[in-house]
Amino acid sequence: MKLSVPTDEELITQIREGDRTAFEQLVSRYEDRVYNLAYRMLASRQDAEDVLQDTFLNVIRGLDKFRGTSSFSTWLYRIATNAALTKIRKRSRREKSESEFLDDVYAVKRAARAGAVLPDWSANPATRALDDEARRQMGEAINELPKIYRAVFVLRDVEGLPAAEVAEVLGLSVPAVKSRLHRARLYLRNRLSGYFTEEIEGI
Amino acid sequence: MDCQEIFETLSEYLDEELAQVKCRELERHLKTCHNCRVVVDTLRQTVSLYHSIPCERLPDEARLRLHKVIKLK
Repeated sequence: MKLSVPTDEELITQIREGDRTAFEQLVSRYEDRVYNLAYRMLASRQDAEDVLQDTFLNVIRGLDKFRGTSSFSTWLYRIATNAALTKIRKRSRREKSESEFLDDVYAVKRAARAGAVLPDWSANPATRALDDEARRQMGEAINELPKIYRAVFVLRDVEGLPAAEVAEVLGLSVPAVKSRLHRARLYLRNRLSGYFTEEIEGI
Repeated sequence: MDCQEIFETLSEYLDEELAQVKCRELERHLKTCHNCRVVVDTLRQTVSLYHSIPCERLPDEARLRLHKVIKLK
C-alpha cells in the first residue's frame, strides 16, 4: 500500500482515469490558496468566491488540455489570476492610469530632490501589532494598484511565489516582473507612509 | 551611486539579488544619506507587513457552495 502523499501530477492521472476522489483531493489542496489570492486581488469576499468557483470550473474544462509543460500549480495560478483580472475589468471602479500611478510612485523621489526630510515610520509600534484599521488600509492600498502591478505584487509578496514562477503565470519576462514589483512596493510604501506617519504624529 | 540610481535598485537589494559590488556601494551611501535610508527601512517594513498578514480564511459556506458548483458532493 502506498502511503506517500500523491503529487499533483499523479492526482491528474487518476482524475483522467475517472477517479472522483482524486479531484476532491486536488480541490482541497488548493481551494484555500486560490481564495486567498482572489481575496487579496479583489478585497471582496463575494468577488473572491466568484473567482474561486470560476477557477475550478475552468480547471475542469481545461484539464484535458493540460500538457504539463508547466507545473499544475503554475497552471492553476494562471487560471485563477486571469479570473481575478477579468473580475477587475468588469468592475465599474476606475483604475489609476499608468502615468497617474507612476507619478505617485515617484513622488517620493521628487520630494527628496526638493529637500524634504522623509519621515521614518519603520519602527512605529503600530506596525508591530496591526489593528483592523491598519489591515484595511493595507488591503485598500493593494486595490489602488493598476491590475498588472497588483497581480505581480500579490503573487510575489503575498503568495510568496518566486519571480520566475510569477513571470510564467503572467506571461512576462523576469525583469518585467521585477520592475513591476519594485514600483508596486514603492507605491504601497508611499501609501502606508501616509497612514503610519499620521499615527506617529497623532501620539 | 547617487540617490536616483539607489532608488531603482532597492527591491533587488532587499531581495538579496544585488551584485556584491553594488551592494557595498549602496550600503556606503546609506550611511550618509538620511532619505535613502528611510526609503530602504520603510520599504523593507512595507514588504514585511504584507508578508505578515494571515491568509484570508475560506468561509465554510463558501467552501460548500464551491463543492456544489463543481459537483464534488
